[in-house]
Amino acid sequence: MENIQQLKVDKEPQETLAMDPMKFILWLFLVSIIMLFASQTSAYLVRRAEGNWLEFEMPKIFWYSSAVLVVSSLAMQWAYFAAKKDDFKTLKIAISVTFALGIAFLYMQFEGWKDLVAANVYFVGNPSGSFFYVFTGLHGFHVISGLIVLLFAWRAVFRFKVHSKSLRQIQICATYWHFLDLLWLYLFVFLLTFN
Amino acid sequence: MSAIEGMEVAVHHEEHAHHHEAQSFWQKYVFSEDHKVIAKQYLITGILWAVIGISMSVIFRIQLGMPDSNLSWLRPLFGNWISETGKLDPNFYLALVTMHGTIMVFFVLTAGLSGTFSNFLIPLQIGARDMASGFMNMLSYWFFFLASVIMFASLFLQTGPAAGGWVIYPPLSALPQAHQGSGMGMTLWLVSMAFFIVSQLLGGINYITTVINLRTRGMSFDRLPLTIWSFLITAILGLISFPVLFSSVLLLIFDRHFGTSFYLSEIYINGEALPNVGGSPILFQHLFWFLGHPEVYIVLLPGLGITSEVIATNSRKPIFGYRAMIASMLGIAFLAFIVWAHHMFVTGMNPFLGSVFMFLTLIIAVPSAVKGFNYITTLWKGNIVFTPGMLFAIGMVSLFVSGGLTGIILGNSALDIQLHDTYFVVAHFHLVMGAASAFGLFAGVYHWFPKMFGKMMNRTLGQIHFWFTFIGIYLIFIPMHYVGIAGFPRRYYQFTSYDFTHKFMDMNMFITVAAILSFLAQFLFLFNFFYSIFKGKRAPQNPWRSNTLEWTTPIVPGHGNWEGEIPAVYRWSYDYSKPGAAEDFIPQNIPYSQTLESNFPHENELIATEKEIAAQNFNDQFNQAH
Repeated sequence: MENIQQLKVDKEPQETLAMDPMKFILWLFLVSIIMLFASQTSAYLVRRAEGNWLEFEMPKIFWYSSAVLVVSSLAMQWAYFAAKKDDFKTLKIAISVTFALGIAFLYMQFEGWKDLVAANVYFVGNPSGSFFYVFTGLHGFHVISGLIVLLFAWRAVFRFKVHSKSLRQIQICATYWHFLDLLWLYLFVFLLTFN
Repeated sequence: MSAIEGMEVAVHHEEHAHHHEAQSFWQKYVFSEDHKVIAKQYLITGILWAVIGISMSVIFRIQLGMPDSNLSWLRPLFGNWISETGKLDPNFYLALVTMHGTIMVFFVLTAGLSGTFSNFLIPLQIGARDMASGFMNMLSYWFFFLASVIMFASLFLQTGPAAGGWVIYPPLSALPQAHQGSGMGMTLWLVSMAFFIVSQLLGGINYITTVINLRTRGMSFDRLPLTIWSFLITAILGLISFPVLFSSVLLLIFDRHFGTSFYLSEIYINGEALPNVGGSPILFQHLFWFLGHPEVYIVLLPGLGITSEVIATNSRKPIFGYRAMIASMLGIAFLAFIVWAHHMFVTGMNPFLGSVFMFLTLIIAVPSAVKGFNYITTLWKGNIVFTPGMLFAIGMVSLFVSGGLTGIILGNSALDIQLHDTYFVVAHFHLVMGAASAFGLFAGVYHWFPKMFGKMMNRTLGQIHFWFTFIGIYLIFIPMHYVGIAGFPRRYYQFTSYDFTHKFMDMNMFITVAAILSFLAQFLFLFNFFYSIFKGKRAPQNPWRSNTLEWTTPIVPGHGNWEGEIPAVYRWSYDYSKPGAAEDFIPQNIPYSQTLESNFPHENELIATEKEIAAQNFNDQFNQAH
């Protein structure tokens, strides 16, 4: 019975820890995406260490697309602040800008692929090129999913369903969008460093 | 709390469907969002898969043990996979081995075990109305169902299902020319597993969220039953490792269908070079085993958790070392991620790196031994009640210990040179992960059957089932170790043509006979299970006199689990045979103020906090929505 006595329960009863389940689900979802890209990038490093690795210059357009995505992320934050202040006019503009910049980012990534092909770096060939396409493609796929989330938020904004007392949807949307931005910056720096 | 107000928009609609409209048959039994129904769906699907998976093993066991036997009686089922003279097709043998592994590891012991008991027990034992997201939970099952249908369909392909082993190493799995199973069969395998991963992630995210956010009043982490701890840790392992499997599968799909060279390099087939240059097949193994090793614990941990609960209840004693149990599970989970390369000792890796992985691997023996000792000390001098669930739980501990011992041998990078890919490995992981988890599954089914279906399973039949299975398992796998030490490699179609294997033919036959007997014993369980659902004796409210919250619900709980308020929790779940208490168990929802005669001094101090606990936030999903 001794082991029962060792089990000291805190004197102060604490509220059972609880946050918004939907936001918690989002964070766990982000963990799984992080693991996906962590495994991809470590596979890249393992394979690169084995040699027989094609080195190529990253097309300039990826610099511009990165800037576009950062600005898009800032616009998202701008939208969130506007929603907090019930400034609906700004909110509508900001969320539309975010969405437009998201589309622009995707288009520029696609142009980047074309530049790669022009530089004779193909999806099929040396794994260094294949990995480049896989990283940008997987990230692009997640940006598309982010755009869908954004589209729902956009619709809610234009129906005046997002305001200072109902911020949950735009919070979830903003968290995801910022995450995708950071994820791209990670991949971008990674690909620059280990080209 | 603006967040909660915001939640109304999203949840309100969903909840209305549950409360104010009569549910149609489809909503209630098929596309149900009730965690208990989903758990039963997982269980039944898992049982069906287990029947298929174990039958396969019996067929290839017959091939191994009695290579001269005439299998033409199977022709109606397998058609041309059995030749006119009753011989099993060697290609189909490989497919059977592969599918047996895939089905048992993923579909039975991951989805069937975790899916059933995480779904069923998490809300009931933490005091929640349902999972955090019923919709995601439903989606999780139906993705699993879709994966099941695709995998099942692949069995009927003319070229056969995937046949490269459940680990699907490229280039064997990447090149359709390599084996007939590497064509369409492999494609379906990959598609099915992609859906399976989605299902596991949806489920796992839900389990973690529910455990952390939806516990009832007073259910602090140090009052959680060990079952819940094990499900939580399992779900975290899955969340971290399944995306990595997805990565490796994705790159394999690109290699197979788009011509990339992630895993393929300088391969000649019939003298002709393939265009692939610069890939690394070892890369696949790294990615695969980064999932593959945690997967072992994803399979095993729920079994360990269930065993803790069943052993404490039926020994009528508090679990020995509650915190050590949690710490050892966390330890196992952490180590699971840094030992994957012990599956790859013979891939030509740096011997120094090998010894690092060997060291880390052997450390796993420490938390595992802690668990072993804690189970045994919980049993020590207990008033043991030998219910079928208890027998299987004790059997689980036995298998876990005896299978774990050979793990110490296999984890040694020098010994692994001799033992790698032999039947020694097969025997090891079947004991420690296969049979041990299956025993955990059986223990869980026997123990919680009354809560699932409101009926009791036949006790005597359950005990007979246990003894046949327990003895059968050891008769199969103990001799198999010797076959492995003698050098029998895995996945060989037959051993009749080598000199060194002749002496062991009778032992192989013995193993096969034992396998057939234990297979037949499982029909006792199947009969008992399905018969009891319809004709079993009605279950009392708390048949095992257990402490956990699920036994405070109505005998057959409706959607929402508790009628009226969710009970609050005032104590841990292991107050069995407490000195001074009137009964030999005190459920978690009994406050200390009602058990003055049995309280310890520090527990008397806790009485002051009870009012506060009772007044706390209910975490009641259904109330918040209205």
